[in-house]
Amino acid sequence: MLKKIEAIIREDKVNDVKEALKEIGILGLSMFEIRGHGRQGGITLAGRSGTYQVDMLTKIQVNIILSEHNLEETIEAILRSAYTGETGDGLIFVYPVEEVIRIRTRERGHEAVMYPGDIDERKGLAAKA
Amino acid sequence: MGEAINTGDTAWILVSCALVLMMTPALGFFYGGMARRKNILSTLTLSYAFLALIGVQWVVYGYSLAFGEDIGGFIGGLNYLGLSGVGAAPNPDYGKTIPHSLFAAFQMMFAVITPALITGAFVERVRFKSFLLFSLIWVTVVYDPLCHWVWGKGGWLAALGVLDFAGGTVVHIAAGFSALAFAFAIGPRKGYGKTPMEPHNITFTVLGAGLLWVGWFGFNAGSALGANGVAVNALLTTNTSAATAGLVWMLLSWLDGRPSTLGLATGMVVGLAAVTPASGFVTPVAAMVIGAVAAPLGYYGIRFRIKRHWDESMDVWACHGLASTWGTIATGLLATIAVNPNGGNGLFYGNPSQLGVQLLATVVTMAFAFGVTFILAKVLDWSIGLRVSHAEEEVGLDISTHGERAYS
Repeated sequence: MLKKIEAIIREDKVNDVKEALKEIGILGLSMFEIRGHGRQGGITLAGRSGTYQVDMLTKIQVNIILSEHNLEETIEAILRSAYTGETGDGLIFVYPVEEVIRIRTRERGHEAVMYPGDIDERKGLAAKA
Repeated sequence: MGEAINTGDTAWILVSCALVLMMTPALGFFYGGMARRKNILSTLTLSYAFLALIGVQWVVYGYSLAFGEDIGGFIGGLNYLGLSGVGAAPNPDYGKTIPHSLFAAFQMMFAVITPALITGAFVERVRFKSFLLFSLIWVTVVYDPLCHWVWGKGGWLAALGVLDFAGGTVVHIAAGFSALAFAFAIGPRKGYGKTPMEPHNITFTVLGAGLLWVGWFGFNAGSALGANGVAVNALLTTNTSAATAGLVWMLLSWLDGRPSTLGLATGMVVGLAAVTPASGFVTPVAAMVIGAVAAPLGYYGIRFRIKRHWDESMDVWACHGLASTWGTIATGLLATIAVNPNGGNGLFYGNPSQLGVQLLATVVTMAFAFGVTFILAKVLDWSIGLRVSHAEEEVGLDISTHGERAYS
């Protein structure tokens, strides 16, 4: 079973999250800049004369497609690395994924999201040892 | 006996011409950065259009209306149509030591940037066709006559002895109050006051402000029409006022929260606009006073405008109109013939009547520019429409008017 993690995180936590994911062996991901707001509302910016309110904040959305058996560890890594405790830390969404196909090799499903040295390979090595 | 051309003077005014030319593209970027990303090309075009439009108008008849043979103190005659008779020989009234044609070229650059200043009032919503028509009529019925009143031989304000070194009345008050009138006529942008309209690229604005400052040396120091002590004084006062106003504006924005980059750049431009009429008549210390007062005037002028929900979008009125109103009045206080023997003394140098003339010129310019612009804009609104449709405004003028995208 494949899953998609969509994590909306702080701009300044991007590197921490990337590092944490790399550490546990999540090697494939994509991210983009989004704008939005939750409970936090917005921020105040300096204008030409005085300040003004902006209600849409820049956040980063990280997308990861992975096998279900790696889901909890990955979520845990994001929770740990994206956390500050202040409002605006973000949200994690998890979706089921119908199919994944790697274009180069035509591999499908779990095979298509595996990389050399990734989370599964590490687990395999750990199991052997 | 004919006057001889001085090569030093001529070289400096040639350079000044190029410097002032650069201010119009610089202004385009200054405004463009404050527009939203869907209107950057449109905002640039509103400035650049004048390089083309006035580049032709001025040669065909603009120069003649402004500097042709005086008719009743109000307008120049048609004797310089097509710049006929405007050649290498100096005109003793317009720069004794430079070619008359160079004076005409230098003045053209002022005629280009003045209407470009007004465009800050109506960016992101003006219909291009109406804009072009408005612009051509405006320079013909507002700028050219005003230029004649203040700078033309026989102009009625010139005859009264008004001191306007480089265009406090002719350029900045005229543009600032015309901008306000146009903003009233066209109305606010769709969603103004409800959704934040953030500047899309403050780097452009800051770059534009820097280039404006460089260009302003040509604008003010070039207005000495020679490479001489008055030119150097104008350069120094210009720099001092811009620096002071930049500092004060930065401090004001800091007191309100943060030392804003956009605020610093805006303050510099306000200092430049304020000192323009005074630059060749006052001392550098007086320029410091002019810059220091201009900054809070502009800063709180913007606040005043925003509170009233006037969408004079890029604050031409507060930054140029108010600043130069102060600068023109300050010239009547602080001018001294110690700086410029061809200038005059202000109130603080024992000549209160100069202040009266300055006030008169200020009020007349405001009323004339505001009144004619408002009527002209309203007539165009009723006849061909000043604004694009709601849908076009929503999409942005880059695509809906020009069929182009700035950032693909």
